[in-house]
This record gives sequence, C-alpha cells and structure tokens, in this order.
Amino acid sequence: MSQVVQNLEEKNILKFECETGNYHTFCPISCVSWLYQKIEDSFFLVIGTKTCGYFLQNALGVMIFAEPRYAMAELEEADISAQLNDFKELKRLCLQIKKDRNPSVIVWIGTCTTEIIKMDLEGMAPRLEAELGIQIVVARANGLDYAFTQGEDTVLAAMAARCPDTTVPTALPSDLKDNEKNNLAKIERKHPPLVLFGSLPNTVVNMLTLELNKQGITVDGWLPSQRYTDLPALGEEVYVCGVNPFLSRTAMTLMRRKKCKLINAPFPIGPDGTRAWIEKICEVLGIIPTGLDEREKKVWQGLESYLPLIQGKSVFFMGDNLLEISLARFLIRCGMIVYECGVPYLDKRYQASEILLLEKTCKEKNVIMPRIVEKPDNYYQVQRIRELQPDLVITGMALSNPLEARGITTKWSVEFTFAQIHGFANSKDVLELVTRPLRRNMLQKINTKSLVKPIK
Amino acid sequence: MKLAYWMYAGPAHIGTLRVASSFKNVHAIMHAPLGDDYFNVMRSMLERERDFTPVTTSIVDRHVLARGSQEKVVENITRKDKEELPDLILLTPTCTSSILQEDLQNFVNRATMESKSDVILADVNHYRVNELQAADRTLEQIVRFYVEKAKKQNNLNTTKTEKPSVNILGIFTLGFHNQHDCRELKTLLNQLGITVNEVIPEGGSVLNLKNLPKAWFNIVPYREVGLMTAVYLEKEFEMPYVDITPMGIIQTENFIRKIETILNSLTTHSEEQASSKIYNFDKYIEQQIIYVSQAAWFARSIDCQNLTNKKAVVFGDATHAVAMTKILVSEMGIRVACAGTYCQHDADWFRDQVWGFCDEVLITDDHTQVGDMIARIEPSAIFGTQMERHVGKRLDIPCGVISAPVHIQNFPLGYRPFLGFEGTNQIADLVYNSFTLGMEDHLLEIFGGHDSKEVITKSLSTDSELNWTGEALAELSKIPGFVRGKIKRNTEKFARQNKISNISIDVMYAAKEANS
Repeated sequence: MSQVVQNLEEKNILKFECETGNYHTFCPISCVSWLYQKIEDSFFLVIGTKTCGYFLQNALGVMIFAEPRYAMAELEEADISAQLNDFKELKRLCLQIKKDRNPSVIVWIGTCTTEIIKMDLEGMAPRLEAELGIQIVVARANGLDYAFTQGEDTVLAAMAARCPDTTVPTALPSDLKDNEKNNLAKIERKHPPLVLFGSLPNTVVNMLTLELNKQGITVDGWLPSQRYTDLPALGEEVYVCGVNPFLSRTAMTLMRRKKCKLINAPFPIGPDGTRAWIEKICEVLGIIPTGLDEREKKVWQGLESYLPLIQGKSVFFMGDNLLEISLARFLIRCGMIVYECGVPYLDKRYQASEILLLEKTCKEKNVIMPRIVEKPDNYYQVQRIRELQPDLVITGMALSNPLEARGITTKWSVEFTFAQIHGFANSKDVLELVTRPLRRNMLQKINTKSLVKPIK
Repeated sequence: MKLAYWMYAGPAHIGTLRVASSFKNVHAIMHAPLGDDYFNVMRSMLERERDFTPVTTSIVDRHVLARGSQEKVVENITRKDKEELPDLILLTPTCTSSILQEDLQNFVNRATMESKSDVILADVNHYRVNELQAADRTLEQIVRFYVEKAKKQNNLNTTKTEKPSVNILGIFTLGFHNQHDCRELKTLLNQLGITVNEVIPEGGSVLNLKNLPKAWFNIVPYREVGLMTAVYLEKEFEMPYVDITPMGIIQTENFIRKIETILNSLTTHSEEQASSKIYNFDKYIEQQIIYVSQAAWFARSIDCQNLTNKKAVVFGDATHAVAMTKILVSEMGIRVACAGTYCQHDADWFRDQVWGFCDEVLITDDHTQVGDMIARIEPSAIFGTQMERHVGKRLDIPCGVISAPVHIQNFPLGYRPFLGFEGTNQIADLVYNSFTLGMEDHLLEIFGGHDSKEVITKSLSTDSELNWTGEALAELSKIPGFVRGKIKRNTEKFARQNKISNISIDVMYAAKEANS
C-alpha cells in the first residue's frame, strides 16, 4: 500500500539528477556563428588556439566561405610562454580588423587557453578601446565553464553592461509644452518600458514584437539589436524578459548591474509556451490579455496534421543546448511521453516558470514526469536508450548515425538551435523537425532493424 | 598571435585521434574541456560512421583548473577499461592540457597498473606539430610500443612469410579517398602475387602489430602518414619500404618497378634458386596500361590534345599536389603555372619533387595567399582542396578537389580511388571534366556571356513574337549545341530590350557585342 502511494507521489514530482558531465556538446564559441550574422556591424575575434579554429571551421561548414565577420587570434607558443606581449599583439590584430572592416564593435571571445594562461582581457580591453577608438566587448565563452548556447549568454551579459542608461529626469520641466508631450507619451503607453533579450532572426523578432503589440504592449528594444549602435536603454524602471532558456547570466546581469526588473515567464516555444509567455508579460505589466485563447486554439488546429504522428510516442533528450525543458514541455502538450530530459545546466530560478509549466502540463496530460538529468553522461544514456527503446532520441551529431545504425530513430538537436522555433507561427517548424525522422520511417521500406555487425 | 580565418591542417590531437580510432578496439581519452570532442562529429558525419567513435573526454573544468586532474583521468581510464574492454587506451593531450603541464605520464603509469588494457600517452606537442605530423608520430609510437612489448614477451614474429608479402602503412579514417585507395592497392598487389600482411591503422588490431616483421617489405602510399613507422621498421628489422605514391601512370609504374627491385634483392639474399625466382612485372605493367587504365589512351586522344599547354594551378597536401603536378605535366601536357602545398614541414621534399614541373612553387598555410596567387595567374582550372574550390567559384574557374581538407562530398559511396590503375581513370575524368566545364564557360563568353543574373523566361526557348530570319537560324545552328539555348535567349533578350522583332545575323552579332 505505502509502496503504491510512494510511487504515485514520485510520479507527480519532477526528479532532478546530476551525472558525470561526460557528454557531447558544441563549444560555446560557436555562438559567434549566429551572433555575427545578427549584429550587423560587429566583428568577433576568438582568442584561442588551432583547436578552437578547427572547431569553428568544421562545425560551421560552408559559412566560413562567405567572408565572415569573425576570425581567430591564433595563439602561438610564444604567446603561451609570454615571450610576446599580449597587449601589443592584440593591438596589432585589432588595428588590422579596424582597417579592413571598420566595425562598430569588436567582441573578444575568451577561450580555455586565455583562461588558463590568465590573459587579462577585461583589463586590456578598455585601454585598447581608448587607443583605437573602437568599442571592445569581452565575453568568456569557454568550454571550461559553459556549454554550446551558453556562449550567447556570456556575450549578451557582456553587452548588457554596454547598454546606455535610461535618462532619469533630473529637474522639473520648465516648458509646459514639453510637459504635455511627456504626459501624452505616458498616456499612449499604458506600461513601463519593456526590453526583450535573446538573439533571434529578425523575422522572429518582428513576429514576437507584433504579438505583444496586439496586446497593447510596446517593445522598447531588444538585446541584442540588429546593430550594436542601437543597443536598448536600460534602467531601474525597465522590465526585461528572456526569450531563450539559456540566458540566465544575462538575466542576472540585467537585474544586478542594470537594476532592471525581470519577468520570469516560460519561453515562447510552442503555442502553449508563447501564450504563457505573453500572459506573464501582460500580468506583470498590468494588462489584461485578449484573444489569446482563440489564437492558441487556432495554432493547435494548424498543427493537427502532425499530432497523430507523435501522439503516444516516446522521446529521449540526450541534452546539449539547454532548450530541452521547453521542447519537452511542448512535446508533452502534443501528446508525447518524455522519458528523459538531459540538460547541460539548469538554472532553476531563471527557468522557474518553465519548470512549473512542465509540471502542470504533465499533470494535465496525465503522463509520467520526465527525469531531468543535469550534466548527463552519454555512455550511461546510451545504456538507458538501449533499455527503453524510445521512439525518438534527440541528440547531437556525434551520436546520431551510430544510434540510427542500431535501429533507433534520432533527430539532431543542433537543428533546434538554428531553426526558427519561437512564437505561434513557428510551432509548426518545431513539429516539422520532430516528425521528420518519423515520417521518413513511414516512407522508407528498407527492412533492417540494425545495420551494424553483432558484437562477438 | 596570428589572424586566421581558415586552416588547412587541423590541430595535433585530431591526427592522434584519427590514428587511434582507425585501429580496431582502441579507445582514445582526450584530456580536454567540454566541446573539444567535435572529432566525433566529424567522424560520424563525414565518414558516416555507424559505430560510436571510440573517443571520450576526461573533462577539464574549473575544478580541474583549481585542483588538478587528480584521480579524474585515472578513473576515466579504468572506467573505459571496464566498459569497453579495449586492447589499448591512448591518452591524448590537447592544447589545453599541454599548458596545464600536468604529469599525464604519471597518470598513465598509475592507470596501467589498474587496467587490463595497455595504456599509453600520445607523445605530441600541440604547439609544434600539426594534424598530419601528429598522426605520423602516433602511428609510429603505437607500432614501437607493441613491437617492444612483443620483444619483451618473446613472441615477436620475425620469420618472413613464405610468399612475398607486404604491410600497407598509413591508411586511416577521414583520409582523402583512403578506403578506395586501400582496396585498389590490395587488388594491385594481389595481381602482382603479393599478399597483404597487415594494413594499419585502418581496421587493424594492435594485437597483430607483432606480426608486422613477417612481411617482406612495407608500402607507404601517402607521404604524410606512415613514413616514420616505415623508417622505424627499416632500422629495427631491415625491412625495405616503398615510398612512391602510385598515383598516375608513370608513378604507378615506378611504384611497381620499385617493388620488383626490392623483391629481387630479397630473393637473391635468400639464395633460393636465384635464377628462377626473378620477378619481372614488365608484362603486367604493359597490360594494365593498355587495357585497364584508359588514361594512357586518353592522353593520346584528341580530347587531351585540346588541353595542351592549358594553364593549371595545383595546391594540396604534399602527396597529392606532387602527384597531380606530375600527372598534369608529364601525362596530359598541361602547364602547371604554380604548384603548392600547405605541408610546410615537408617543404624541401616538395620543392625537390616538383622542380622542373611547374613555373613557380608556393609553400604556405595561408589560404588568402593561395587565393591571391590563383587570381593573379588566372588558370583555366584549379586542382586543390575544398578551399580552392571556393576560390574557383568566386573567380569563375573550375576546380577539381584532389586533397584534404575535405567535405562530405569527398566521401563518395561509389568506388573512387586516386591510386593505382583505376585511380588513373578517375583522375583523367576529374581533369577532363574540370577543363570541359571551363571550355563551355569560355564559349558562353564568346557568344554572349552569362545570363545567370536575369532570367526572362522559365523555359529554355521562348515562343514569342520574335521572328528569326532564315540566315540567323542557320547561324544559330552553327553554335555548339550545349550553349545554343543560352545564346538564343541572350539574343532574344537583346532584341526585346531594343524593340527589334526581326532577328537577323546583324542583330545576333550586335547582341553578342552588347553582352561582351
């Protein structure tokens, strides 16, 4: 009897575990690949070794051929042994970058090597900034501390410090006309300023902005903006809200250094997530949302053709990009069962609303709560996958092909990072990705359970 | 510090991992931070590997920085030992671990005591050697380790096989067409009546390395990897080796002749019916050149005549760039304006090999220098790596890929060797296709330029109100078939723009002039 009760209780609580951290993921410096495209007047300089350069070149494939606005400052033996002066070397390279590209900002990406040899990038940047007359932002996106998408987090946290402060009116306006104008502006907008953070493709930015406009909410800026020179103004009265689950450092910086107020909401992934995101923002800003019910319903109607493909099917997230909790929540809402949700790092405070929504979703759909494994161990995970035989494993490219060869259906997790998955309209794209291997299985008629030699 | 966008050869540990994961049942453990295991991605994606790449990371994180790896590396080694039961575990340093200066050898010594598998530390310095040098070194290190181990245990197999046999050294994972080359080499050796004793590292077992001395001699098909091992085996067991790359007709012939010499020298040594055992492959070579390889005939055919003195540029690793330069010049009559390599550590050998075959030599690992050289020379075709292919795209020059660094397209499913007699066919196709594409482009230029920017109609020919005169139609029919459609469209576009409804020969030439 007590056993049953205990089981029932266990079923209703999210379990958090932590493994060895021996898992495959991309190095956080990969964030330069999407950030240099997002911030049009930037230049990213990765200060590291051949290992870093080779990773960027191979992981980002053809992008390297398009004359990207990023480069390696490749450290050589003389740099490591401090025979060369770091400052002079960086000055030489940055001068060249300034001459060739003339960017508005140079972002230095610190790597493992700069950490270990304790290169004082934060100390050198202001000095060089003054000498060159070009802004230099330092982000430590290294594999010692962070995984994959967290790279963006470190860059945005560093940029947050560079956002201008909202001007605080110091004296009473003497001119009545101006005063009236201010009042008018205040009447027009029913809420304090709102800034959203997280790098998204411009179309998605517009979509989410419009979505909030519909509720009468003005978005005063995005971090990052399309141009570095247009960074949003931040200050005590500004509310901020994240669009991605991996931005906990940025959130913290915005709260502590810029005194902004954080709206802790689930993330706008899937129609359920998008709705909850908008509702939470409305709630905090004191606005009553309208028409969301129909809006969400309509989106779900649009997804109807996908749902039969995945309902009742099981998923296993191996974990590598921190989007896992949000995706799991959406897929459970779609009718899937999530066995395990691996995640590199879980900030329970920043993701609090998302975790709550995940719990709520599981209860409503009456499915078992996924086991959340922080810092997973890929080897143990493969053993569990062998036992559980899930219908779909969401994993990195290092393990996809070997799993497929063993008859396990997989989807590359990296695609979720590069595809457009935010907002109502992109929910379809998420399901397009998730169902693709399942649709492939339905079409292909090659009948082999396993394509590898049996172990002798 | 060096400002770099792209590199030809990867970091040292990649070379070590390529060798380790080519062997069967060898596990590599990298001492590296999170995210440095993208080698697994490359192997799984480029090679479309079905098995889990036998590489794990002993992760260097903040705690390791603060307290040192302590038990971590040893634990990871013994854990893998129990989980996978490998024959050998290779601890691989990376750029990060090499500046941490931890005593990895000490970890290896400790782990050796606790694990059933052999454990060794890859002896490569990240800051001094590149991927290829590291691979060469690691292969030699593993071979040396097992030869010495066998010597100690007294089970080294030094009796030569009865029939002539050979080891092939240096075939490995992520190598440029290595799998196909290996199959081709085996076929060739088989036809010569030589058995293959061991192929390493690809698919080889470290437990069989003690059998290496059984072979009569060694073959090192690629300059970059395997040479150190061959030299070691020569010193240790007086095993001769062939280091001629059998790429192209002439070099394949030289390769076989070298084998012939070696075999003859070995048999006279043994003084076994010296007269009857003389090896002579003349007939075989002749047969192959006439009937198997089409390249010799191709070189003679008028197709190839059209290529005479066309300008080409060659760039790649030392092996492929040298072989390709020699093929283009000596077998096809093409002029190589510049031959180059990124294997700077082997620059002297490279210069020596291509001396007299090309106008200039370029030794650099800076891709912008290579790009500038190509832009300056304006060759009719480029033979290079994926990077040169891209340069070619930008400059509108066709490019055949002949060397790593490579792309998933360079791991074809079909049989595409570069070595041996079948290889000569593949290369002839590659060269010819590159140049005909160039010719086609050239003809387009003569008759009106590219029309890729503005497409007026979707269909190839347009049913329009335009009227072609009989003479113009006759002129049109004279234009080679494969460009006729484009010329017709260009002329019609011109006519439409100038509100001309009757297209005569005059209009055709006016169009050509307007377009050029």
